[in-house]
Amino acid sequence: MVTKSTKVVSKRSIIGHGLSILLQRSTENFASVLDQSLFDVVVIGAGVVGCAVARRFTLEGARVAVLEKGTDILDGASKANSAILHTGFDAPEGSLELACIRDGYAEYQAIRDSLGLVQDNAGAYVVAWTQDELRNLESIKAKAHLKGVTDVALVDAETLGAWEPNLSRNALGAVHVPGESLIDPWSAPYVYLRQAMENGAKVFTSCEVAEGTFDGEEWRVVTTKGTLRARHVINCAGLYGDVVNRALLGAAQFEIKPRKGQFVVFDKAASDLVSAIILPVPSETTKGIVVFRTVFGNLAVGPTAEEQDSRTDASTDDETLKALIADGIAKIPALKDMPITATYAGLRPASDQKEYRVSATSEQNWITVGGIRSTGLSGALGIARHVYGLYEKMGASHDKLPDPVVPKANMLSEAGPRDWKQDGAGEVVCHCELVTRREIETALHGPLPARSLAGLKRQTRATMGRCQGFYCSARLAELTDGCFVSAMAERLSHE
Amino acid sequence: MSDVDVAIIGGGPAGLAAASALKSAGVERVVVLEREAEAGGIPRHCGHPPFGLREFNRIMTGPTYAERLVASAQTAGVEIRTLTTVVEARAQGKLRLATPTGVTELNAKRVILATGVRETPRSARLVSGARVSGVLNTGALQSMVYLKNRRPFQRPVIFGSELVAFSAILTCRHARIRPIAMIEANKHVTARWPCALFPRLAGVALHTGTRLVEILGDTKVEGVVVEDAKGQISRLECDGVILSGQFTPEAALARSGHLLVDPATGGPQVDQWGRLSDPTYFATGNVLRPVETAGWSWSEGGRTGQWVARDLAGLLPESEPSVRVSVNDHRLRFAMPQNIVLSQDVGGMRDIQLRVAQHVDGDLIAECDGKKIWGRKLRAGPEQRVLVQTHEIAAACAGRDVALRISEPAD
Repeated sequence: MVTKSTKVVSKRSIIGHGLSILLQRSTENFASVLDQSLFDVVVIGAGVVGCAVARRFTLEGARVAVLEKGTDILDGASKANSAILHTGFDAPEGSLELACIRDGYAEYQAIRDSLGLVQDNAGAYVVAWTQDELRNLESIKAKAHLKGVTDVALVDAETLGAWEPNLSRNALGAVHVPGESLIDPWSAPYVYLRQAMENGAKVFTSCEVAEGTFDGEEWRVVTTKGTLRARHVINCAGLYGDVVNRALLGAAQFEIKPRKGQFVVFDKAASDLVSAIILPVPSETTKGIVVFRTVFGNLAVGPTAEEQDSRTDASTDDETLKALIADGIAKIPALKDMPITATYAGLRPASDQKEYRVSATSEQNWITVGGIRSTGLSGALGIARHVYGLYEKMGASHDKLPDPVVPKANMLSEAGPRDWKQDGAGEVVCHCELVTRREIETALHGPLPARSLAGLKRQTRATMGRCQGFYCSARLAELTDGCFVSAMAERLSHE
Repeated sequence: MSDVDVAIIGGGPAGLAAASALKSAGVERVVVLEREAEAGGIPRHCGHPPFGLREFNRIMTGPTYAERLVASAQTAGVEIRTLTTVVEARAQGKLRLATPTGVTELNAKRVILATGVRETPRSARLVSGARVSGVLNTGALQSMVYLKNRRPFQRPVIFGSELVAFSAILTCRHARIRPIAMIEANKHVTARWPCALFPRLAGVALHTGTRLVEILGDTKVEGVVVEDAKGQISRLECDGVILSGQFTPEAALARSGHLLVDPATGGPQVDQWGRLSDPTYFATGNVLRPVETAGWSWSEGGRTGQWVARDLAGLLPESEPSVRVSVNDHRLRFAMPQNIVLSQDVGGMRDIQLRVAQHVDGDLIAECDGKKIWGRKLRAGPEQRVLVQTHEIAAACAGRDVALRISEPAD
């Protein structure tokens, strides 16, 4: 009996130290091999930028591997944002950011229908609430025109009130930006990566990069799951961009300065209160707090802009949330009677400069895609094209895929052909967001299987509605049995 | 052209009782639309007594009680459609349904909302801290334990001390979960004696006058920070958080559609027959207001069924003329019904139901145009049932809107 129990204990300790042992082994050179083949590029990080880069390189004919340290993709900066496709009307003039947003916007329009992506052409009003801000509108308009966003126009208070009758009468005027749109911030990057996968790219999740060596020809990247060989590395590690550069390249080139943004989501009934995105007149440091509908049929207010050191702390605090609610009510008075559905916070991978930090280190076959401060969702497709351009300049070239597979994105838009609207939809599991069992099973067993509730939420919206899991958590715990890295609940024995 | 006489949205105690009463009153086509796989409502996952005393003259557990309710509705000839979600409620009883076979429309002469209540989730409480797994309402915990035989944690902290918090303790015990503390922000336990004794009997430390400051953890709950009445901050190690109580009506269908909602109750605005702003719609049970027992909701449902049957026969008074009843005091949370139809018919809810937001010891007075028209002593605590006879207010108001407030007794 005694020996038996000792055995169990020692087994446990091995499991507990599995990670460090794995790391030790890999550095000791008898590492498990993640994949035998030599890839053209390895993309580090499956955030929205990594997903778009993987897609672009795959379509251009490169053999791509993607390494993601999270159990699910989009688990860092990309898990929380404003879900807006920006025109770039207010991006810094002459910046790479502006160019990428513009190209990203154009490509999104071009691929939208074939990939089944949604776009709600809500438009935006940059609203002036003070006389100072009112005086600023003319220059915001002029700058937008200079950047080629020529449909931007001034709107007086009366016209604004006619278009947005629920907006507070304190609005003094606005700049109308018709091109600003609402999109699904998760289904888009998921389908970018799925298109890469279905055309040959390999994706490894729960796979954290530890170190790497470059022998002048190829990289040998060591991860928690084994090693991988590739000719080029593209660092899309978001909040850890500088850390990865330092670990593998020896120097960071920039510092990530995480900037937290908290949001409040109001009940779906509130989404009828505005039609356009309500932007404030931006300050030097931030775009400010936005009131925006989502394609999921909610109304949200945020983000804040809070500088912090932590790359993981996406906590919310009641004082800030109350201030956001007050800000929302000041702009849309009818929000005072609307319940809160959700609160969340995201971390933007800002850097020590107000610009994307994208650079090629040719002698080491390395491209850094860092400091994608807050416009990653809008810029991703443009960034991917720009990065491929840098790659070609390094002398690499491939033959474009002649006839790439075109997958369809998850359809989670309230107004779109959701699964529950289809014949034979079956059981609705999440009642608030009308998520079907079929959608949940597809997410659990599909090409990018959900391995956490967070991942499942991003693929289906389950538990993201007003009850936040009151009704469906138990059913979800049952449906996800054996699927999640960390189970929602433990089964009780029947004794 | 209507498909059914009455469609009842929600198959809990109130909805099933209303359906049974409609059948007893001779209404032919009565259908209960239930979005879950089984009808029965919240009692389905309350695996403990006491349920059923009022309805079946015996004490039973929630699931047994739910089965009895379903069986008696079926015996009465009620059609129950499960896995059927009403996604839209439009004017004049036009419903849009999501069903396992697809989307369909249902036209009903009358619709009864019996969608119940749920606890306020973490988000709407604006709780600070990390967004981690292991933060649940009691309802979700009960479903996991009693319906799915699972436990999400082993050493949680329970927040709140309404009746449902004591149900949380019972649920934990059933699943061999050991709550490490019950924490109440107010000075006193909300549920009345003898409940206050229960945590101690169950070996759960009770801390009143203590508030949740922050939830800690990386991906799962690792602890909570609380602050006691003296401002002392402490950290409790736990692996879960149960946010109990703070019930709110599940009134999404009304709020997202054309029906008026009362911000005070969070449920639809109704008159004394439970009739909504669109008079083809009625409401009953806990969607009217947070929160009453299953037995109370069942009784309410039965009466609503009778009223709707009378309405179908053309025997209910018109919705107008009516006066509005509202609360005008931060110590009063709500008054329901919000409208009183002035008619010779003395039927409908006998009482206006009120709740106080804090302990009150004073006079409850009704005012019209700023002048007192009615008053009585009031001594009550949060979540305690406060009733004011409808006909007294109707008689005193002389056709004017009524505001209720508390007046301190003169020193």
